[in-house]
Amino acid sequence: MSSVAIGNKKGFGATLWDYLTTVDHKKLGNMYFFAGLLFFAIAGFEALLMRIQLMVPNNDFVSAGLFNELLTMHGTTMLFLAATPLLFGFMNWIVPLQIGARDVAFPFLNSLGFWLFFLGAVFLHLSFFMGGAPDAGWTSYASLSLYSPGHGIDFYVLGLQISGAGTLISGINFVVTIITMRAPGMTFMRMPLFTWTTLIVGALITFAFPPLTVALFFMLVDRMFGANFFDHTMGGNTIIYEHLFWIFGHPEVYILILPAFGLFSEIIPVFARKRLFGYSSMVFATILIGFLGFMVWAHHMFATGLGPTANAIFAVATMAIAVPTGMKVFNWILTIWGGSIKVTVPMIYALGFIPSFVAGGVTGVMQAVAPLDYQLHDSYFIVAHFHYVIVGGVVLGIFGATHFYWPIMTNRVLNEKLGFLTFWTFFIGFHLTFFIQHFLGLMGMPRRVFTYQGDQGWDLFNFISSIGALLMGLGVIFLVVNMLLSIKSKPLNTSDYWGDGRSLEWALKTPVPFYNFKQTPLIRGYDPYWIEKHEGNKEGMTYAEPVGDIHMPNGSILPLIMSIGMFIAAFGSLYHPDGVSWSVPVIILGIGITVACMIIRSFKDDLGFTVTKEEIIATEESLYGKGGNK
Amino acid sequence: MDINTKYTPKTWPDHAEQVTLEGKNKFVGIWIFICSDIVLFASVFATYLALKDSGPSGMDITAKELFGLELAFVMTMLLLTSSLTSVYAMYHMKNFNSKGVLIWMGITVLLGLGFLGLEIYEFYEYTVHEGFGFTHSAFSSAFYLLVGTHGLHVIIGLIWITGLIIRNAKRGLNLYNAPKFFAASIYWHFIDVVWVFIFTVVYLMGVLG
Amino acid sequence: MGHDTHIHEKSVAQHEFDRRKNAVEMRKQVVNFAIMILFTFIAFAVVVADFSPYFIKPFILLLAAVQVVLQLYAFMHMGEKHASHIGTINTFVWVGAIIAFTVFLCFLTIIWW
Repeated sequence: MSSVAIGNKKGFGATLWDYLTTVDHKKLGNMYFFAGLLFFAIAGFEALLMRIQLMVPNNDFVSAGLFNELLTMHGTTMLFLAATPLLFGFMNWIVPLQIGARDVAFPFLNSLGFWLFFLGAVFLHLSFFMGGAPDAGWTSYASLSLYSPGHGIDFYVLGLQISGAGTLISGINFVVTIITMRAPGMTFMRMPLFTWTTLIVGALITFAFPPLTVALFFMLVDRMFGANFFDHTMGGNTIIYEHLFWIFGHPEVYILILPAFGLFSEIIPVFARKRLFGYSSMVFATILIGFLGFMVWAHHMFATGLGPTANAIFAVATMAIAVPTGMKVFNWILTIWGGSIKVTVPMIYALGFIPSFVAGGVTGVMQAVAPLDYQLHDSYFIVAHFHYVIVGGVVLGIFGATHFYWPIMTNRVLNEKLGFLTFWTFFIGFHLTFFIQHFLGLMGMPRRVFTYQGDQGWDLFNFISSIGALLMGLGVIFLVVNMLLSIKSKPLNTSDYWGDGRSLEWALKTPVPFYNFKQTPLIRGYDPYWIEKHEGNKEGMTYAEPVGDIHMPNGSILPLIMSIGMFIAAFGSLYHPDGVSWSVPVIILGIGITVACMIIRSFKDDLGFTVTKEEIIATEESLYGKGGNK
Repeated sequence: MDINTKYTPKTWPDHAEQVTLEGKNKFVGIWIFICSDIVLFASVFATYLALKDSGPSGMDITAKELFGLELAFVMTMLLLTSSLTSVYAMYHMKNFNSKGVLIWMGITVLLGLGFLGLEIYEFYEYTVHEGFGFTHSAFSSAFYLLVGTHGLHVIIGLIWITGLIIRNAKRGLNLYNAPKFFAASIYWHFIDVVWVFIFTVVYLMGVLG
Repeated sequence: MGHDTHIHEKSVAQHEFDRRKNAVEMRKQVVNFAIMILFTFIAFAVVVADFSPYFIKPFILLLAAVQVVLQLYAFMHMGEKHASHIGTINTFVWVGAIIAFTVFLCFLTIIWW
């Protein structure tokens, strides 16, 4: 990072060291993206194994115990370790560019957040090789998981504790970045929608992750250190876990879906070639969804027996969320309406997203009706609903945005034909898998079962569902092939690849230099780059300062070492209930490493380094040839 | 950068902790962190209230019998006073008096240590003499975890402030360390805010039964 | 990142004025502290004096709330207009307080089994 000669080829060791120590938001974005993709593939593979098992009745492809482990790890990995980091990858990449910042507010913490997330995820996955994965579902309700034998649940608790800390750090970082680091002229009401949703998601993470931390910590001390929070024989109360989990769990759903909303709000105006319809109502709806998301968690617990008053309150609050969500859907439709539409790959994802997500939302409102929920609870109808929301919303959003932002992220473009093929395979597979599960649910098939008897009328539907899952897998393989092919393709070295970019990130020429904008841009309105283009500005942007020295943060290896310290401490804690003598020393060692790194960090002044004007001009010339970024 | 710029009381800017972008980031950052801590403490607190006095059937220890007010009162006074002393430190920072900052921050640390000592003594008394250990009941787990989480925050604050004092003992104030002192003082006040609720809800209302 | 900060030397009068302003502010903080100590005394006193719990409980909760608001707005500068982004910070803190309140309400009412 400290070297300016980024045009030169570097050896493998140097590149690796660069990535291990980097605090650059773009590189961390890449790391989030590829780590997320890795875990997405793992969790997707687990899903395929489950669907193969359920393809025919009385199947014995996997055992009941392994099936429980697969379904737990599929849910946990997809939500915490695949969807979240993939979205964080886009946030890291795009948000600083969209607000015209050089980096995030706390580059060091950004790196720490990534490494905590990654090592927590690795820790969780080690469970497969060390005596069995967690098997109590992704919710891991205390009444079940307290009595799960082996170390599976301990891996779940510790792994999520570490990666959750990383997510919380990153969330706070995004909030501060968006509050303090906007370019001059970028008021809150001129921020692009993706930045807005990132801000709200950051706020949701800030408020929602602490209850998860607390719930997991209670579980940790209950299982490993003899506490009694959830043990009713000792006066504990297992409902506390459910409440804490869902106080976190429901906002988590919005943590995932809001960035996808933001991504689509970026994609649709570009390809409809029209200003986003109802920008202020979009912002308002985002805030409202974020706030209401905190007031509805008990709708996951209707069947717990909270009583009619509580159920009624939470039912009404849940239905209320449909209103701002509906506002968003109508705004997207009205943006497309009357636009001069270009159906590119990102746009086809957006067009596929709207009806799919609406279907998921409508079944959600059905479940908000508490009496009906008693019927639907724990059936495949629920499985169909949340996959419609998560796959139809979040995953389509991520795939669409991958195609959309690939030119900025890699300076390459994904093949369009292969992109359409990916979309249609995945989209058809998705509907084939999950649409039919609504009916399986209504016919009474319970979720989380490892097999079923034949001749209940479920055979054909399950078979169709499994075929759809295989198609989805094929779609993902097409996408990965597309990515690999694109690496071989010619670099673009262009700005505004799609030709109709509106927000600030499209004003940058790719590859994006490590300091982003050579001069901080001046924001003259909503869709600043479109305004400049409209007024015939050849420079790309109007700038708020002359070319001058740029101050950048130093890279550091400490975040990785700190995360490794937590990783070591987690092992000590894991084996504590076995009564081994080394458990407490290992915990102390691990936490000691982390604390020592923190002390080193605060005792060594980190003043960053300065890139001089001459170095900037040289960098620009090495990247784009004579004349630099014009 | 700013660290090499020497200031005098006359050139020291108003609100020195927020003139640099790093300072602003630290100020906003510590606040957003506190917001998330609010919800963290709310969760632990609510659990304590839910599990208060509940244990295995036949448990004879209740909050009413267990808690005494004398110790809680002294601890409250120590922590409240430490809040004031850190305000004094910030007052001296405004006047560019680095010695004043260090001395008052040092007093804050001493008061915090006193608080921590009393808390450890209290835990020791309950565990050893009352037989009210961490694994005794749901009530004991919730109590130790709530007060212990606060204690952990105190420990982190003490390490933080001590580190700041040692690191900046010789080099005076500048725009690089002023935001650090300021963030630490805000964090310290937040610890006091939490304690206000703990002494009211756990101790005072515990004694009422 | 490092925005260069201009060194600006204050005039003697301005310097003196600022010092006095800081001193006045500090005196206000001491008064705030005195109020907090007083409230703490009252809270402990009413419990020791053994009034009816129906009076004591809401009363000491009220005292705690006032103390906390004093801490936030006086000691922690949440009310200072000049502080950067203080409006956004206020919003975040109060949203956090609302969520915290919701959690309390839930755990005091609907966790039975």
